[in-house]
Amino acid sequence: MDAGLLAQFVANGLMLGMMYALVAVGFTLFFGVLDVIKFSHGDVLTVGAFTGYSTYLGLKLLGAADPWLQVAAVLVVACSAMALLGALIARYLVMPLKSAPALNILLATLMLGTVLRESVRLFYPDGANPKRFPRLLPTDAVALGDFNLRLDSVLLFLGGLAVIVAIHVLVNRSKLGLAIRAVAQDEETARTMGINFTLVVLFTFALGSAAAAFAGVMNGLYYNEINFGMGLWLGVIGFSAAIVGGLGNIYGAILGGFLFAALQTVGAVALPFASAYKDVFAFAVVIAIMAWRPTGLIAEKTSERV
Amino acid sequence: MKKLLGALLASALALGLAAGGAQAAKKTVKVVFIGPLTGGVSANGIGGRNSADLAVRLRNADPKAKYHYEMVVLDDECKPNVGVQVATKAASDPSIIAGATHYCSAVAIGTVDTYHKFGLPVIVWGAVLPDITYGNDYKEIHRVNGTMINQNDVNAKFSTGQGYKTFAVIHDTTDYGKGHLKYFSEYVAKYGGKIIGTFGVTADQQDFNAELTQIKSLNPDAIYFGGLTPIGVRIRSQMDKLGIKAQFIGTSGIVSDAFIQGLGPLAEGTLAFREGAPVDKLPGGKFFTAKYAEAGYPEGPEAYGAFAFAAMNLILDTIERVGPNRNKVTAALEHVKNVDSIVGPISFDDHGQNTVAAITKYVAQDGKWVVWEDSEYASGKRKLAK
Repeated sequence: MDAGLLAQFVANGLMLGMMYALVAVGFTLFFGVLDVIKFSHGDVLTVGAFTGYSTYLGLKLLGAADPWLQVAAVLVVACSAMALLGALIARYLVMPLKSAPALNILLATLMLGTVLRESVRLFYPDGANPKRFPRLLPTDAVALGDFNLRLDSVLLFLGGLAVIVAIHVLVNRSKLGLAIRAVAQDEETARTMGINFTLVVLFTFALGSAAAAFAGVMNGLYYNEINFGMGLWLGVIGFSAAIVGGLGNIYGAILGGFLFAALQTVGAVALPFASAYKDVFAFAVVIAIMAWRPTGLIAEKTSERV
Repeated sequence: MKKLLGALLASALALGLAAGGAQAAKKTVKVVFIGPLTGGVSANGIGGRNSADLAVRLRNADPKAKYHYEMVVLDDECKPNVGVQVATKAASDPSIIAGATHYCSAVAIGTVDTYHKFGLPVIVWGAVLPDITYGNDYKEIHRVNGTMINQNDVNAKFSTGQGYKTFAVIHDTTDYGKGHLKYFSEYVAKYGGKIIGTFGVTADQQDFNAELTQIKSLNPDAIYFGGLTPIGVRIRSQMDKLGIKAQFIGTSGIVSDAFIQGLGPLAEGTLAFREGAPVDKLPGGKFFTAKYAEAGYPEGPEAYGAFAFAAMNLILDTIERVGPNRNKVTAALEHVKNVDSIVGPISFDDHGQNTVAAITKYVAQDGKWVVWEDSEYASGKRKLAK
């Protein structure tokens, strides 16, 4: 395999990995603060992508044609709307169930995900059909032998990286992040130290959901297509990535996301069976890793029960 | 969608009431239409639904008709499991006499047993997998459109004739995609072409970069795609992202306006093949197009609308002749020979398969599927990818 081709595979895998990582970070944040698994996360991503798409259509109607302005507006509206949705879900579905068995929350959010997904399908105009997401980023490409690098892909990747770095800095360097980490470590003690528990939880859910919205818009800009079922699969993969990396650890989520993308790429490229089986391969390896490291590749420092 | 269905229902009801008022004596007979009304290929399903509805409307407006017809519309979503559910729903309703069914091959092949078990005579209006008719001896199953065998014969001959010698094949792993792979491979070998890579993909896959990157390194003259519109759009668009310059050749599965709308200018120069002549060149094409426009459906009839119309019309003709009885309709459909229709004379062979000889070659030009011979590509004004 020559270098150009290899570079292309790596670039493809990195792009996929970034999207998975953004979803996985959400799962890991929610689990970190509340020890809950929120299965509607993937569908929040879908709603985010459709919100972004609607924003674009609205801007077009208003006559705002500058693509940079459109991208910015799409991202801001999608992320803030999903942050709000995430906080609402936390406030009215997850927190009331906080002392119930974890399985209840898992099921309740799984059902909420179905409600969100089917609502997009049924109530969004012509929502059952895939929508063509516009190309808003410049499409200039550099070709180096077999390696074709497109500017829009690079920008999307850098955007995703910026979001992850920002979340990392927020959680590890800011006062709010300190509060999040305190709540994650010990709710009772954090409360007695004067941390507003509810606010911290709501903020964390808003943050994770905004990251999902970003991933949704990124997905739309990258594939130029969105559909009502897109979040389901991304949710499952993002969840697996978070588990493999170590639920509750941001580095683990990122590692898990890129690992899953790498497995899919290897499954499609290097193995002697049809590429349709790449997901079978990737999930099989995930199962093997979970058997080997039940707490994930990078476990939480204060190892809790899962 | 809901609104549209409601409007259609209302108009059908109004029509029914009007007809009922005028000739209260007419008995109501139910027939069924099944196709993908939601999901990625819904444009084709809705076009087919409108066309079949048109056949029913025209019949109900005809004072000579013996019965008043009511068309039940069911959505198979292009998913085999949903298809079997709705097929069972239709077939187990004794008031439904016959049906025009299915655009998606994977669905149609999954439902044939159901129709046979319940004895519901159906005419397939869009699915092209040969086994739907040839894989069984069921008397209930018929098909007005052709199969993918001839389509791939013409495709392979034409493509190799255009100078494409090496092909990479991407196909979905349903029966539909695998069928295309099988027949295309056979014929391409016959005409001296060579398949240098085969990639099976799932029917709802999003990312094709890994497959396409491999194809790029194989550097084929053309990429043959055996699958339906939604992933066809994704593959073509991701080909562009990777800078793949090979010619994109599709099957009847991408001959739809949705393919061109999904891609915009990127669709330009895509080749595809479909059995039967285009609507305006059909024997009854003018009649069909005029009546369709008159009925004022908001969506076009799409590539297989004329077949759906012909299938439903043949069902209504048969019921008129032998009466609303499933067994009699099945028996009568066995002997369909040279029956005039808007898609040309229909003859069913002993498997219920209509013999459609003509395959039409299409090329996407300026946002439309243009018949190859009429295109600027054939006249040499534009060039296909090399």
